[in-house]
Amino acid sequence: MTVRRVMGAETEYGVLATGNPHANATVLSTQVVTTYAALVRRRLGASRSAADWDYHGETPLEDARGFTVPREQADPTQLTDVAPVLTAEEVAAEALRESGLWAESMDWAQVVMNTVLPNGARLYVDHSHPEYSSPEVTTPRDAVLWDAAGDRVALDAVRAVAASAASTGLDVVNLYKNNTDNKSVSYGAHENYLVPRTVPFDRLATALLPFFASRQVMCGAGRVGLGPRGQRPGFQLSQRADFFEREIGLETTVHRPIVNTRDEPHAERGRHRRLHVIIGDANLSHTAGLLKFGTTSLVLGLVEAGAAPDLGLADPVAALQAISHDPSLRTTVPLRDGRELTGIQLQRLYLEAARAHEEAGGGPDPQTREVLELWGEVLDALETDPLSLADRLDWVAKYALLRGYRERDGLAWDDPRLTLVDLQYADVRPEKGLYHRLVAGGRMRTLFDAEEIERAAGTPPADTRAWFRGHLVSRFPDDVLTANWDSVSVALPGVRRGARIAMPEPLDLTRDDVGPLVGSAPDAEHLVRALAGARPALVHTGSLG
Amino acid sequence: MAQERIFGTGAQRREETELPEPGAPAPSAAQAQARTSTGSADDLLAEIDGVLESNAEEFVKGFVQKGGQ
Repeated sequence: MTVRRVMGAETEYGVLATGNPHANATVLSTQVVTTYAALVRRRLGASRSAADWDYHGETPLEDARGFTVPREQADPTQLTDVAPVLTAEEVAAEALRESGLWAESMDWAQVVMNTVLPNGARLYVDHSHPEYSSPEVTTPRDAVLWDAAGDRVALDAVRAVAASAASTGLDVVNLYKNNTDNKSVSYGAHENYLVPRTVPFDRLATALLPFFASRQVMCGAGRVGLGPRGQRPGFQLSQRADFFEREIGLETTVHRPIVNTRDEPHAERGRHRRLHVIIGDANLSHTAGLLKFGTTSLVLGLVEAGAAPDLGLADPVAALQAISHDPSLRTTVPLRDGRELTGIQLQRLYLEAARAHEEAGGGPDPQTREVLELWGEVLDALETDPLSLADRLDWVAKYALLRGYRERDGLAWDDPRLTLVDLQYADVRPEKGLYHRLVAGGRMRTLFDAEEIERAAGTPPADTRAWFRGHLVSRFPDDVLTANWDSVSVALPGVRRGARIAMPEPLDLTRDDVGPLVGSAPDAEHLVRALAGARPALVHTGSLG
Repeated sequence: MAQERIFGTGAQRREETELPEPGAPAPSAAQAQARTSTGSADDLLAEIDGVLESNAEEFVKGFVQKGGQ
């Protein structure tokens, strides 16, 4: 067993027009995505507009329990397999009402709501938030790095929007890596993990419910306010806990379930399942992120091996909220077998099972050892001296700041300054974001420095198909017509509809597989021809010689 | 009060009585460490004061999002 597996992160950013709180969120998100896409195109020296997203392969109504929800029964927000409800023209038209300058500053044909980045990620307008979906990676460390790269993308977008605001007259937009506005609304930070299709989904769900209800003791981002509207004063571990109502289900925007059943593998369906995790908080802390991806991957390994502990909770949703609402970490939750355990104790049982399984398997690889040791170290510290984790975990760092304000200024939990500290912790700008101020002041440990993160914002991971996707987009930006997770379409002179390259295996088309082939191709046509020769099953075109 | 007990002695507020009572007081190590770092904690707050948005109430009220996934 190992922490290594194909995984990825998806972050929806909170979006705010400075000085115009009633601006249309879809318009602002479109402004962010369009501006960043234009920035990338300029850097690449591209002349045409960005590649479109190919919605072929999106199956948001397929349920992992073995059925498909009829479209007419789905909530409209579940239909993520079609282009956004608003067309680019409608967005632009709406914006026109808000800003008379939009028409002059924005070429309607250039409005981008969905784009593939040179690092293999997807940046798009998801309902009313900009979302960065990281490239596929193979380790928890890389998941943290390419998720942090998304924050760098968000920062570059914010700066580019600000730089052009004076000349365009458009709103200055800021982005926040958090999950709620404390006014009943939540937006997600999803993870996904590749699991063999042979693992029965009900076994995954059984093992994950108690794990997801308790991992927030390490991975929570911290929140001021209890209840969806923050209506009760106080502090809790998690941004997301109060927005979950069910144990298992397909929805992501309403009646949110702890275990999501969306069966959208974005890969060879017969072999792979892509577990879509919607319960997590958006983490800024690298340590919290490493624990989130690392421990979840280990628990999936336990399920695959049939070695997951049996910790069925009497009421997982109630347990999720009870654990989140007690930052003293002493609250216990009832199990179906009569035991009463704290969140830390639940986590320890998963850790012990993972350790035992590792030892039986001949010892962990270095990345697995790192996660196992950190997991134990953090659980110990949470039990004995939680505040000592203020330099490593988001919720503790945030709590320590809030505690400082409460002590110095005698603030009650419902004082707006404490909610401001909560919000501004997640501000993506290094000069304003409190997480970033803590890092700059040496008060928060990191796993990657700013240069490494900036590099990951422009470079794909080498060991997944994201390498091929990212390099195709950056080397031949004018030739990629559409792209998605498991295919790209390339324009070829004289070939109607060009060529479609299938990428059904996430661990295929890596730098090792196709690096020389991509590196030596002078243009897209040569690349497609070379690939068609080497890997004919992947290249589909009617009339390529 | 659960929060105050584990993280030191902040201002006591009525609403905190709604929080679950922990079984035992926090280890004194946490509080001792918190006290020894008070000086740098003040420096930190002074720095944060300088970057916080100026009108907290207005900013918090204006932070309105639409639903997401």
